[in-house]
Amino acid sequence: MEFKFTEENLQKIDRVLEKYPVKQPAVMPLLYLAQEQNGWISVEVMQEIANILEMDAEDVLGVVTFYTMFHQKPMGKHHIQVCTNVSCMLRGGYEIYNSVREKLGIENGGVTQDTKFSLEEVECMGSCGTAPMIAVNEDFFENLSKDKALQILDSLT
Amino acid sequence: MEKIVLPEIENLHQLDVYLNNGGYTAIRKALSQSPDDIIDQVKKSGLRGRGGAAFSAGLKWSFMPKSTDKPKYLCINGDESEPGSFKDRQVFEFNPHQLIEGALITCYAINARKAYLYIRGEYHKWIKLMQKAIDDAYENGFIGEKMKEKYGTDFSCDLYIHKGAGAYICGEESSLMNSIEGKRGYPRVKPPFPAQNGLWGNPTTINNVETLTNVPPIINKGWEWFASIGEPKHPGTLLFGVSGHVNKPGVYELPSGTLLTDIIYNYAGGVPGNKKIKCVIPGGSSMPPLRGDALEGVKMDAESLRAAGSAIGTGGIMVMDEDTDLVKVLARITKFYYHESCGQCTPCREGTGWMLKLLNRIVDGKGSSKDLDLLISVANNIEGNTVCALGEAAAWPVKFMVTRFRDEFEAQVREKVELEVKNKVHSMRSTETPITNITV
Repeated sequence: MEFKFTEENLQKIDRVLEKYPVKQPAVMPLLYLAQEQNGWISVEVMQEIANILEMDAEDVLGVVTFYTMFHQKPMGKHHIQVCTNVSCMLRGGYEIYNSVREKLGIENGGVTQDTKFSLEEVECMGSCGTAPMIAVNEDFFENLSKDKALQILDSLT
Repeated sequence: MEKIVLPEIENLHQLDVYLNNGGYTAIRKALSQSPDDIIDQVKKSGLRGRGGAAFSAGLKWSFMPKSTDKPKYLCINGDESEPGSFKDRQVFEFNPHQLIEGALITCYAINARKAYLYIRGEYHKWIKLMQKAIDDAYENGFIGEKMKEKYGTDFSCDLYIHKGAGAYICGEESSLMNSIEGKRGYPRVKPPFPAQNGLWGNPTTINNVETLTNVPPIINKGWEWFASIGEPKHPGTLLFGVSGHVNKPGVYELPSGTLLTDIIYNYAGGVPGNKKIKCVIPGGSSMPPLRGDALEGVKMDAESLRAAGSAIGTGGIMVMDEDTDLVKVLARITKFYYHESCGQCTPCREGTGWMLKLLNRIVDGKGSSKDLDLLISVANNIEGNTVCALGEAAAWPVKFMVTRFRDEFEAQVREKVELEVKNKVHSMRSTETPITNITV
């Protein structure tokens, strides 16, 4: 499906480009804008960004595949990220991950059939002092228990 | 005890509160002196990098070439992805203007006109908070072209946030620069060092967020004052992030050289259920772990920790009580470095995978004691054979955990093997296999 940035985002892109002496550094900011607008990074998104930044589409693809936060498929409306790294693990991170996984009935990287949820087991999110944690899209929920985590899922509409 | 990086002042993140507490006076003072004077003061203060290597900040700045027409850059490392580290986000949230002011003074000292603050992508909230502070500072003439008018000098500087996107390796300085350049975050071969060949081939300095937040007070109160705090060889306060099995996890700003046991028992409230400590990783998950029975007298500064057989890293203290399964912990740590290896160097790309396979085998009860020696051998073959320090970061926990807790690993291997043998006998009895064929 063809992808074009909205007028509003094109204006944002102009401001992003002012930050750098050349165009290529804008590739990550543009991927974020595109992901926000399109929900995920499709081949057409990469092609369009390559056109705007005068890059090879392959180089844009290289960036997309290097960084875990760019999604190459549509994720759920609520992207649930559960940290299981050491500080969270010591305080019940895996208990939370497993109960979320069972509740949603999907595996790591999966999306529920109604596309409401997707699940990702993530590496340390910098919430070690408030562990364990989950993130829902951009929001952190910290100092959790298994029950609290499941309550958060229930509260999402 | 005085707090330098995170003073306990309500709403300090707001520009007016920061100004009422002496904010943006250090940059004015700095601009009235020569850049070399600033570098000299920071050198004498003894300020060392807070991002892991503990390298002298002033010395690093002095590596920037003076006789060149090339543009110079400052990168501020706020990637903060080392498991156990969560200190820089406190600066973004509670004292962003002091970081901005420190960055501006640094730019003046190294003659840079542009600074990029690299913040890990997952920190959406903290990026917004930091951006708000930067916007306010721009609006009021503390950053950008308006600085010239405000301070009556010809120095001005821009500061931009560059948002990461979930790659631990981008906290490595050359990888961070590649990421800003819009490339895959592969570390670069050094030399050339960033001061010669950094962003877009230009002289560049990279400093950690906490390091730069220390700079304004040094300029305002003098290097002698800073040098007198904590351990003389590693002076100042450090942000210690305490996590794991403690009653009050969190970030504690304390003088360098504070006793590790003091931090765990007095500040972080001790271990839940008064359990004994089995293991402490004192500087973020890549640093060599210490045994719980070897914590007495260990001080938290670069030299003391080295003497104790570990390293200060980012000051992320992970505490594990006596009931912790260290084999599982080590497998989890190794899974992290396997996941985050950029894949550029063979020893790290392949070695982290092999170590993870071996550790998973031990966790699954299928390991043998030979696997323990093999683990150490693989770790030794990664260490020192890679472009960047991720190799060491992956090798050290394995090497030191297995060596220092060999009893625990041996026990797990033996116990599981015995269990397996018993099961085998049992299952064979239930079949009609002739008794003579049973070998265990």
